[in-house]
Amino acid sequence: MDFGSINPVVLLASLMVASTPILMAALGEMVVEKSGVLNLGVEGMMITGAVCGFIVAVETGSPTLGFIAAAIGGMALSMVFALLTQVFLTTQVPAGLALTLMGVGLASLLGQNYQGLKPPPVSDLNIPGLDHLPVIGPILFQHDMMVYVSLLSIAGVWAFLKYSRAGLILRAVGENHSAAHALGYPVRMVRVMAIGFGGAMAGLGGAYISLVRVPQWTDGITAGYGWIALAIVVFASWKAWRILIGAYLFGGITVLQLNLQAAGAKVPVELLSMSPFLATIVVLVVISARRHGASNAPAMLGRIFHASH
Amino acid sequence: MTELLKLSGLTRQYPGVRANDDVSFSIGAGQVHALLGENGAGKSTLVKMIYGLEKPDAGTMQLRGAPYAPNNPQAARASGVAMVFQHFSLFEALNVAENVALGMENPPKMHALAQSIREVSDAYGLPLDPDRIVGDLSAGERQRVEIIRCLLQDPKLLIMDEPTSVLTPQEVEILFKTLRKLQSEGTSILYISHKLEEIRALCDGATILRLGKVVGECDPKVTTARDMAEMMVGQILHVPSREGGETGDVLLDVQGLDFAPANPFGTRLKNVSLRLRAGEVLGIGGVAGNGQDELLSVLSGEAKTGKGAITYCGQDISGLGPNARRKIGLLAAPEERLGHAAAPNMSLTENAVLTGNIRKKLSKNNFVNWKKTEAFARDIIQKFDVRTPGPASAARSLSGGNLQKFVIGREVLQDPTVLVVNQPTWGVDASAAAAIRQSLLDLAAKGAGVIVISQDLDELMEISDHFAALNEGKLTAPRVAKGLTVDEIGMMMGGAHDLEEVAP
Amino acid sequence: MIKFVKRPEPSKAWTIATPILAVILTMILGGILFALMGKDPFAAIRTIFWDPLFNDQFAAYSRPQLLVKAAPLILIAIGLSLGFKAGIWNIGAEGQYIMGALAGAAVGLAFYPTDAWWIFPLMVIAGGIGGFLWAMIPAILKTRFNTNEILVSLMLVYIAEQLLASAALSWLRNPEGNGFPGSRNLSQIPAMSNPELIAGTGTHWGVVAAFAAVVAAYVLINKHMLGFQIRLTGESPRAARFAGVKDKLLVLFCLGVAGALSGLAGLFEVTGPAGQISIDFGAGYGFTAIIVAFLGRLHPVGILLAGLLLALTFIGGELAQFMLGLPSASIQVFQGMLLMTLLGMDIFVNYRLMIVKKEAV
Repeated sequence: MDFGSINPVVLLASLMVASTPILMAALGEMVVEKSGVLNLGVEGMMITGAVCGFIVAVETGSPTLGFIAAAIGGMALSMVFALLTQVFLTTQVPAGLALTLMGVGLASLLGQNYQGLKPPPVSDLNIPGLDHLPVIGPILFQHDMMVYVSLLSIAGVWAFLKYSRAGLILRAVGENHSAAHALGYPVRMVRVMAIGFGGAMAGLGGAYISLVRVPQWTDGITAGYGWIALAIVVFASWKAWRILIGAYLFGGITVLQLNLQAAGAKVPVELLSMSPFLATIVVLVVISARRHGASNAPAMLGRIFHASH
Repeated sequence: MTELLKLSGLTRQYPGVRANDDVSFSIGAGQVHALLGENGAGKSTLVKMIYGLEKPDAGTMQLRGAPYAPNNPQAARASGVAMVFQHFSLFEALNVAENVALGMENPPKMHALAQSIREVSDAYGLPLDPDRIVGDLSAGERQRVEIIRCLLQDPKLLIMDEPTSVLTPQEVEILFKTLRKLQSEGTSILYISHKLEEIRALCDGATILRLGKVVGECDPKVTTARDMAEMMVGQILHVPSREGGETGDVLLDVQGLDFAPANPFGTRLKNVSLRLRAGEVLGIGGVAGNGQDELLSVLSGEAKTGKGAITYCGQDISGLGPNARRKIGLLAAPEERLGHAAAPNMSLTENAVLTGNIRKKLSKNNFVNWKKTEAFARDIIQKFDVRTPGPASAARSLSGGNLQKFVIGREVLQDPTVLVVNQPTWGVDASAAAAIRQSLLDLAAKGAGVIVISQDLDELMEISDHFAALNEGKLTAPRVAKGLTVDEIGMMMGGAHDLEEVAP
Repeated sequence: MIKFVKRPEPSKAWTIATPILAVILTMILGGILFALMGKDPFAAIRTIFWDPLFNDQFAAYSRPQLLVKAAPLILIAIGLSLGFKAGIWNIGAEGQYIMGALAGAAVGLAFYPTDAWWIFPLMVIAGGIGGFLWAMIPAILKTRFNTNEILVSLMLVYIAEQLLASAALSWLRNPEGNGFPGSRNLSQIPAMSNPELIAGTGTHWGVVAAFAAVVAAYVLINKHMLGFQIRLTGESPRAARFAGVKDKLLVLFCLGVAGALSGLAGLFEVTGPAGQISIDFGAGYGFTAIIVAFLGRLHPVGILLAGLLLALTFIGGELAQFMLGLPSASIQVFQGMLLMTLLGMDIFVNYRLMIVKKEAV
């Protein structure tokens, strides 16, 4: 096997790019789950974000506007989920599935005239003074804006949940919604806002795929990343920093297998292509086997709240 | 005495039931006022209106002479009204300080808050570590979290909803000391309970509710418990009477049973031993959350234990599941009616086959005989006076008491050799409770062994031959129930937490 | 103010009414969507729901297609509904469907060119086992390690798609196919084909199997103790444990049956309507079947009707694409909307709307 053609610096730098979409989607979903809501529609919101971002970026020529549109698109779709689960008290699992089915169709419908177009390039934001460091410079400090945004949002979510009052309320709602209600906190409103945040983050992650990672629009472009993001939340035990580890681990596998494919490794292409999914299953098994019984999951995850009397 | 809170003509209508009907009374400053009534009398609804969780359909409230109509609990707290809930208001995965912060409008920074928690808990004799996770605390300690949460806001009116149902007699004493200290500082307390002796010991005034209406006011210090009970219930109680009789052979023998529940916040059973004889009623007391659910689940077969831990009529049944145990005559009725003993959305017929399949032979080759099952359900409904349109009704449509009668009836009519019940009369009105107790006594009189797990000590004293108590997963040696004093029972229940030096 | 108030009992009338109302509501919403796309909404709805069955020009072709498309949907949805009833979320039916087709085709082609009566039955068995084993992966991981079956079964769809690709490109590729991807055409090999049994109806063995599955599921759910245990587990897991239900066995059973039925659906498809293993064999039946299961209210007869309706949207959708230039993705959106409106309206089964007079503050 020829590893000679794989440059470790480029590999690590592209790892960060490959991890960013999943990182954002998983981080958003973690906040949703912390509020006690399981939204399985990540894939649908990601792909909706991917297409909205792509269309707006192409039409306006501005990737920034594209990302904003992606966040709005993802959030808009998530509001459908919020309406179903928070107002109409629908079971969250099928509602999330419906969101994915709907999102995939919607994205395909919206994007049908945009196949094969090239989006405006997203410029790199080299961090002055650091970007010319040997090895570390190209790996860490020569990326586009969104990579830094994703890293900042990890820190932001961590601090929000740990130190802020609103973060405490969000966790409280996810741990015991009846108690939170009895203390006068607006359970529904907190959850709707968390769902919206999750939708926006998934939308951003999706747009990162269509505007930076690939970059073009094709049907089914998110290719299961949304589902992997859900798995990474479990892997991370609902902790923000561990989302970073999970996403980068997964990004590493993706980049490595793509490089091996390109290097013509004597492993069947299909086996390499399925490796991220295989790895996800292995990781899920290891995590759930190790933590038998005592899970760190929010106690109300997936449970319906209806303030009766 | 100046008036703190005045309620005038409060009315609240729910679909199909008028929870409060023209309720008026007032609470003086520095007064401990009891709100007395049976389950379902409308106490909770009234309190929710005072605390801003519900709005009255009619009527007004005045706080210190000014109109008071809180839109939400935040508004109530801002006006100086605080509440200690009976259930549902703590977050198990969060620590004490976080839990306290959630109950405050403008909490200080976490470490400053931790400091004031320590100060208040010292001042009122309620020891509590602000960094501990609430899920790891005992029931008494959890209540302290709630009380301290209220005290930090310097309330003018403190509402306490059934505060002693989770406490040992010694812990009750500590609580009463705290409440009296608060009272001496000028805080008013609205004390909700159905325990008459407590109210006589603590309260200056009492309002009695029945079916949503005020049926009387009294000074509990000079009114007898019997008079208050009659006002509360509206009729003379039927007291079950034990026919008596010799107990027979050992039916159930548990030796050195250890069990770790799957739920991380559950209670571990440690070295539990007990012996149940034919014709005996063994009462197991203890504060909620000390291993009651776990004990029921190992006896029913829902949870498996080590080999040799449970012997039934000479046979080791530790490895048998619920249905294998039913087959040989060991039946159980758990505490939680909806969602454990019965499936809420399923019909009574379907709920009858849930446990009755084996002993009542309701299926053949695993195909359910629905006709026969429905007949069984009808039989339960008729013999146990379950008020329902019929066996096709969903379990959740029944009132708590009626469903409890159904659940107990379902097991009793299967003619068990041993029956284990947890909280058989919780939330059931007095006459239904008496009927349920009588059915358990009748069962014992026919030679079955009955284990009653309950937090209602009066109930246990009334029906038990032997009494034991669960405390942090340990079971005391059973003692003859007759002649036990309240102090002895309290000691068996573990005395007060943090007062170990008092224990012998 | 409008408020939802819990009913004392689930409403039987609404249980039946909600799917019908959901279909009507989706037609209205879909019509708006089509209008926004610049199409005549009435023509579009008529083309999708009416023309395939009653238009003289198309019905002769379309009507048999109804059973052809509905059979795999119904077979898969029946299997899924058992798990969904018990709160076991197998959403990887698409993967089980692919693996059933692959296993069946591989076994059949291993005997090529033998011509014997037992080859097709053997393939059917292999197809069922293929799907069953694929579903056993999430089942065993769940019972053994408590791993989330939703995520594992879904990941396995992507893995199955890669296996499908490698089969079509290498190990099952037709050696006489001039290098084109795809296996031999099974429907043209007499020993391996799943023919139309009654000419002009679209009835093939998969249709027969689908009807048999509906009847079997009906009996299981309504008459058998196991069906009762499945319902009980979904209603209330703790009550089920109290009733002595072996929950792990139930996970294995529900996932196993769904896997086997999905595998059978895949096998009947690859030997009949699809004809061969090809890269794009997985057409999304496994996902659409989730909609069918819910639209049918997880009830066997409901699933039968819902399967036919969704099959109609597929056929009508193709027709609308051909006649009106309606993009195929719009049908996918339409189906997604159908599931959403249904889930949203579900609340009326257990709650009723009450108009509460605005409270004086």
